Amino acid sequence: MNERKDKFSTKMLETPPSGIRKFFDLIIGRDDIISLGVGEPDFPTPWLMREEAYYHLEQGHTSYTSNWGLLELREEIAKYLQKYNLDYNPKKEILVTIGVSEAVDAVLRAILNPQDEIIICEPCYVSYQPLAELCDTKLIRFDTSNTNFYPTAEELEKVISPKTKAIMLCSPSNPTGKMIPKDELEKIAKLAQKHKIWVLSDEVYSELVYDENAHCSIASFPGMKDYAIVLNGFSKAFAMTGWRIGYVCCPPDLMEQVHKLHQYSTICAPIMSQYAAAEGLRSGASEVEKMRLSYQQRRNLMTSKLDEMDIPYIEPEGAFYIFVDIRKTGLSAEDFATKLINEYQVAVVPGSVFGKAGEGFVRCCYATEIKKLKIALERIKKMVQDLQRKNS
Amino acid sequence: MEEILQLLQDDGRISIEDMAAMTKKTSEEVKAIMKKLENDGTIVKYAAIVNTDKLLNNENRVRAIIEVQVTPEREHGFDAIAERIYRFPEVKSLTLMSGGYDLQIIIEGKSLQEVAFFVARKVSAIEGVKSTKTHFVLKTYKENDIVLVDQKRDRREGVTA
Repeated sequence: MNERKDKFSTKMLETPPSGIRKFFDLIIGRDDIISLGVGEPDFPTPWLMREEAYYHLEQGHTSYTSNWGLLELREEIAKYLQKYNLDYNPKKEILVTIGVSEAVDAVLRAILNPQDEIIICEPCYVSYQPLAELCDTKLIRFDTSNTNFYPTAEELEKVISPKTKAIMLCSPSNPTGKMIPKDELEKIAKLAQKHKIWVLSDEVYSELVYDENAHCSIASFPGMKDYAIVLNGFSKAFAMTGWRIGYVCCPPDLMEQVHKLHQYSTICAPIMSQYAAAEGLRSGASEVEKMRLSYQQRRNLMTSKLDEMDIPYIEPEGAFYIFVDIRKTGLSAEDFATKLINEYQVAVVPGSVFGKAGEGFVRCCYATEIKKLKIALERIKKMVQDLQRKNS
Repeated sequence: MEEILQLLQDDGRISIEDMAAMTKKTSEEVKAIMKKLENDGTIVKYAAIVNTDKLLNNENRVRAIIEVQVTPEREHGFDAIAERIYRFPEVKSLTLMSGGYDLQIIIEGKSLQEVAFFVARKVSAIEGVKSTKTHFVLKTYKENDIVLVDQKRDRREGVTA
């Protein structure tokens, strides 16, 4: 054993593990548990994409690609983004990354200095805060729970200072499924331009929106191409989590910096994943729509059952999560989730792991078969009733 | 309407309440849509899809695809001969094809002999049938959109962000 006292990076030692880890450990080896704790589709990747990767493996296409990613993929991405009124040059404004996760990391490191501040709208995906903190940046944790779980320009302006360098947005949101309304997004866009602030926009759930909702990218507003950084990927809509493939779109001068990081840390995304993703964009739209409709139906089932049970929740407009309000039970989100696993055999994720603003809620993923969803809901109902009986 | 049909095609035993919840309709609206689909013949019937390989007596079940060449009749084209063929209960499916032959029969019987006998005695003997070619089915991999040889398993890790 190395006994040197400072053998680890202080910064890394100070970084807390993800709050999800504990729950992951709790259910290992337990077959009796129904998990609504996952963050991924329950569909395998559509065959047309798997088959495409298979073909390229067979042909021996197993080399590195350009650091940027295959040009054919970047061209498909550029074509695809036109549906959101985005116009990016595949040769210098689009870079293929190892999932959105790498893109977030690379962009944060490319823009943040130690004295900067970054506004993170909470509750949000668990990687934003630690990755920003690793840049020695000051986190401004912006609580959206009082404004219906999306940030408003009016409230954002109150926390903007001369040091504010960037705002991190995610719409549709993990963990709430909420979307930022288009008019609000437009106001945030104006705010960003006024204060010269980068807007990191995680749009990985852009395809998974329900009913009349339509995804709008903040980069599509006039003048925003100079301030917006669009982060998107294939994990959710194309059911490709394990392929690790995403992309970042940003102005060429920022891209030069991001490109360096990407080049030194990962070289390129896996080539098979890139071929499969390109095929998904070329011919996978109907498969994506089939999955989207199935999530929408399950979301409707969840909200209808929760209404019947009189359990409140935040109405999800996209993604495949529902943020269930457990404040009436008197338990903290973490205690609720722990008890739910141990005594009622259902795994959910406490809202507090997505930031303090998520306290009082648990995230349930409904990308699971209907039979299991119904049993899980019955068990949640039983726990809520048992708690209410005890409390009264 | 299409969404209800899709749900029923996926699971014929899904409850009306679930369909109503999943499509944000009332139970009455769902019932009305089903009635309409049943009445206009879109939904023919609700039946189980059986993996015959799993049947205990599946040794006694033989499936064959028969290609039939016929001479169409002046008045009725292929329809009259088709009708004479599909009326046999052994015939599970009958389609008119483009290409090298005209009618494709899918037939089920207890044994090779029974199927061969049926083709020789019944199908070939029909006036207008010029030739038949019988192919016996050895294994079914997928039918009615369902892969019959697969085992489904949720491989996802239990809790992820």
